[in-house]
Amino acid sequence: MNFKYKINTKHIQSFAAFMVVIIIGGMTVSCDPDETQEVTTFTNIVLRDDFDVDGTPNPAIWTYDIGTGDNGWGNNELQYYTDRPENVVVENGMLKITALQESFEGSGYTSARINTKGLYAKKYGRFEARIKLPWGQGLWPAFWLLGDNIDTVSWPQCGEIDIMEYRGQLPTITTGSVHGPGYSAGNAISKEYELTGDRFDTGFHVFGIEWGPNYINYYVDDVLYNQITPEDVTGEWVFDHEFFIIMNLAVGGSFVGSPNADTVFPQTMLVDYVRIYQ
Amino acid sequence: MKKINLKHTVALPLLGLLCIVIVSCERGFSDDVELATFPNTAEIFTDAPVGLTDEFFISFDPAGGANTNGFGTDDTEAYEGTTSIRIDVPTPNDPDGGFIGGIFRDRGEGRDLTGYDALTFWAKGSTTATVGLFGFGTDFIQDEHSVQLANTQLSTDWKKYVIPIPDPSKLVQERGMFIFSAGTESTGGAGYTFWIDEIRFERLGTIGQPRPEILGGQDQTAQSNVDTTVPIIGLKYTANLSNGQDVTVTAASAYFDFDSSNPFVASVNDQGLVTVVGPGEIDPVTGMVDNTSVITASVAGQLAEGSLTIEAVNIDVISIFSDVFANVAVDNYNGFYEPFQTTLGGAVEEAGNNVITYTDFNFVAIEFYGRDGSDVPPVDATEMTHLHIDIRVNEIVDASDYINISLHNNFTQASEVSGTFAIPGTSLASNEWVEFDIPLSDFAGLTARDAVGMMLFVSDGTIANVSLDNIYFYAEN
Repeated sequence: MNFKYKINTKHIQSFAAFMVVIIIGGMTVSCDPDETQEVTTFTNIVLRDDFDVDGTPNPAIWTYDIGTGDNGWGNNELQYYTDRPENVVVENGMLKITALQESFEGSGYTSARINTKGLYAKKYGRFEARIKLPWGQGLWPAFWLLGDNIDTVSWPQCGEIDIMEYRGQLPTITTGSVHGPGYSAGNAISKEYELTGDRFDTGFHVFGIEWGPNYINYYVDDVLYNQITPEDVTGEWVFDHEFFIIMNLAVGGSFVGSPNADTVFPQTMLVDYVRIYQ
Repeated sequence: MKKINLKHTVALPLLGLLCIVIVSCERGFSDDVELATFPNTAEIFTDAPVGLTDEFFISFDPAGGANTNGFGTDDTEAYEGTTSIRIDVPTPNDPDGGFIGGIFRDRGEGRDLTGYDALTFWAKGSTTATVGLFGFGTDFIQDEHSVQLANTQLSTDWKKYVIPIPDPSKLVQERGMFIFSAGTESTGGAGYTFWIDEIRFERLGTIGQPRPEILGGQDQTAQSNVDTTVPIIGLKYTANLSNGQDVTVTAASAYFDFDSSNPFVASVNDQGLVTVVGPGEIDPVTGMVDNTSVITASVAGQLAEGSLTIEAVNIDVISIFSDVFANVAVDNYNGFYEPFQTTLGGAVEEAGNNVITYTDFNFVAIEFYGRDGSDVPPVDATEMTHLHIDIRVNEIVDASDYINISLHNNFTQASEVSGTFAIPGTSLASNEWVEFDIPLSDFAGLTARDAVGMMLFVSDGTIANVSLDNIYFYAEN
């Protein structure tokens, strides 16, 4: 709640400043990027993958989760994750994670989930990716972070920051969440953001967070839509250690429900870049 | 003074030219070209009609059963504002007409709708009846840009409906603002009322995943003589709305851009009418005559699912059943020989393509001999050399399966003769069309074919579900 007040104040301030500039500067204001600068403040880039080299994702940054995990990765997901190029490949300057409807190792679908575990983890910073999402009932793409200490303290004590989760059957809505002890799974601290006059599956959009001590700011494109602070979580704040990155495209599962006859396959999540700033 | 006047008359046009040149240089040529545009008024009905003709509602022809009594406005019901449109759907036996429907037309020269991506409106029913038709693009003049949404179920509370515009760039001057048609098919003949409010064109920006289709989304083939024409039918357009629901409309050909892969064989016009223009040219690579052309279509650059491969031929045809050739009259596509015949079915439309489908198939006949005193004449196939037929087995085919085709001349008469051609299961495919061109001389026993009146298909139950198409006799010229 506190955050809303802050945001509103910022908006009012920037609006007032904007009006002054209009009065003083007339037409030149339309080219002034100032009105969007509040969204992000970290500008020192420390990791970037623009997916410019065709082939497998850069092995210095990315590794794979393979299989079905425990009970569909804990969510009753229906896909089998592979590292095959049919499911994950870098092509034409983009990472492509593709969900296929096929019988494979006992699953009805295949897809991919890549992560930076053991290769790259970071505490605090600005994590963003430019993504064009798939669509259709039962598609569940995500761009998220997991606490790097997961193997010692396990989930949800390690913490989880979901920068983007999306249901293919709701093509205008993305969700940003945190999970921690006492506020995980269905009790996660979440907020939805709905695009107005546009969809997430027809063009690329930037999904990001700015994360510092005692706050995580969530943004889509140039819109800051949420801030989560220790006051918002109903348990211990577990976001002061290193986290690694995950990108995946799930099929089915508790968050989205199963695909239906109208779901078109294959479906691809296209990632133009992933960038980390501090 | 004369001299000064002369200077001015020369100088002014020069100055004008200079201005034009300067303007052109600064802005670029294409930006300066302004085509004549029409008003882009979005609203059609809010609390009153907006910019519509004086009669407001233009009914379908009462001579065709349209009831004009049930249309009006209602000041006691509105989604927004004070007034909505109220439509009382009559019962089928209403002497003033058994259904209600018509259009709203722009009162001017038309509207520029290129900036919108959907027609939207709110509706509410007295019951959850299904309205047969909502749409736009029909003006009862040219009906060029018709878009029709079939079978919309009403809610008993106000609900918003969205009908996507397949390609807004085509609607530079549109007069067909709204169309509806409603009967009582879904209520078992019981009349009902529905209200419509806030009808307008909108730019939602949330409509995505366009999926146009032609010919029911199927890849079809047809043999056709030069100078004959074949219409591309089954034009549909599906898009995904912001609520994740797909909506499919029937769209006019004007939204589709048609293409022929081989202009030496076939051309296709704006209406999707394919004309076979020639026998094809010799392919320089293969040295063979390429007598085929693939007809495809797209909407706003999005390739439509489905295609028609035209094969130009030079044949005389007597067609029993096809979408390409004019068919002769037949008595039936299923003679229903009781009590031994189990076969059900007959001619059906299958996603924009007319086919014959038989179920519980043991044997069945197509009759064209004048059964029960009909005037249908038998076919004189004396000059024909082949029978063409496409067969699709709609189940798993075993090698021991078969379909025997018999032709009967002077059927039911003392002089009847017949011949049979056997098609083994090994020549058929499961759920796939297989084309057969069978020489009539292979129908052993068919010693005369001047009055062929019956075509018999027998599987003895080895194949229970089968579809047939493109059944015709032909002779190559």
